[in-house]
Amino acid sequence: MESTDFIKNFADQFDDTDASEFTLETRFRELDEWSSLNALAILNMIGKKYSVFLKPDEMKPILTVSELFELVQSKLS
Amino acid sequence: MNPFSLVGKTILITGASSGIGRATAISCSQMGAVIILTGRNETRLSATYSMLEGQDHLQICADLTIQNEMDKLIEQLPKLDGIVSVAGTAKPLVLQQTDKEDVNEIMQINTFVPIHLTRLVLQHKKLNKGASLIYISSINGNNCAYIGSSIYAASKSALTGFMKGVALELAPRGIRANCINPGMIDTDLLKSGSIGQDELEKDRLKYPLKRYGKPEEVAYAAVYLLSDATKWITGSSLLIDGGYTLQ
Repeated sequence: MESTDFIKNFADQFDDTDASEFTLETRFRELDEWSSLNALAILNMIGKKYSVFLKPDEMKPILTVSELFELVQSKLS
Repeated sequence: MNPFSLVGKTILITGASSGIGRATAISCSQMGAVIILTGRNETRLSATYSMLEGQDHLQICADLTIQNEMDKLIEQLPKLDGIVSVAGTAKPLVLQQTDKEDVNEIMQINTFVPIHLTRLVLQHKKLNKGASLIYISSINGNNCAYIGSSIYAASKSALTGFMKGVALELAPRGIRANCINPGMIDTDLLKSGSIGQDELEKDRLKYPLKRYGKPEEVAYAAVYLLSDATKWITGSSLLIDGGYTLQ
């Protein structure tokens, strides 16, 4: 799994924030458009693209894109 | 005479391996019915079977989304006085991440299976006069909607529309059709972790009666609609939601 692909797939779940703004360091919960709908969309995306089925409670403590990337990677290995 | 008794009635219950289906099977047996159980998981279906009161019940393990398993079930059925169609599926999925297979799967299990089951029991003359058909629908799609469940909502409101047509078409034979629209019910579906525990706690408090429903509370409504107490009720949707949709 490439982090650049992951960031792109992650950014795809947002409408108002430009994709170029997303990096591994992005604290996505602080984005203006962040809502529980994005959270569900991200969980769905990770399930579809990586066959990793995270539970909402596992996503809760995650603050940055890189933390989420690492969590998904840990489930893949 | 108890107007709510089910003595002498033979009732088919789908999705009987767990949750609302299991509770309905148990309650109907307690009210004196002979139960035909069907479900996909043999072990859990047998567990339900062992919880039934009375005798002569039958369990038929079948995946009703598979044509020949549906056909086999229909073949084995005796004449029925009622069907409670409980089998269903739900998973949180935003539309943006939904693909064709997701739509097909949800519609298949929640809508097409009950439609085909009804069609086939009718065509094979398995329904007694005065039979009662019950479809477990939902508040979701009929009385309200939720984020991440547009296809589920579509599947359940389609089921309600189907029920209305069936109610009208079968009325000349005294056969009734009704839906039950439950709000959130505490079942294994909720314990799977696909919804976060904090979200569930917050959601629970949105119900004026401050809790989710219990499977047996839906089962009691099914008993009511199966019984002769409701011989003049057809085409209705019974709301069981702890007051959720009042707000």
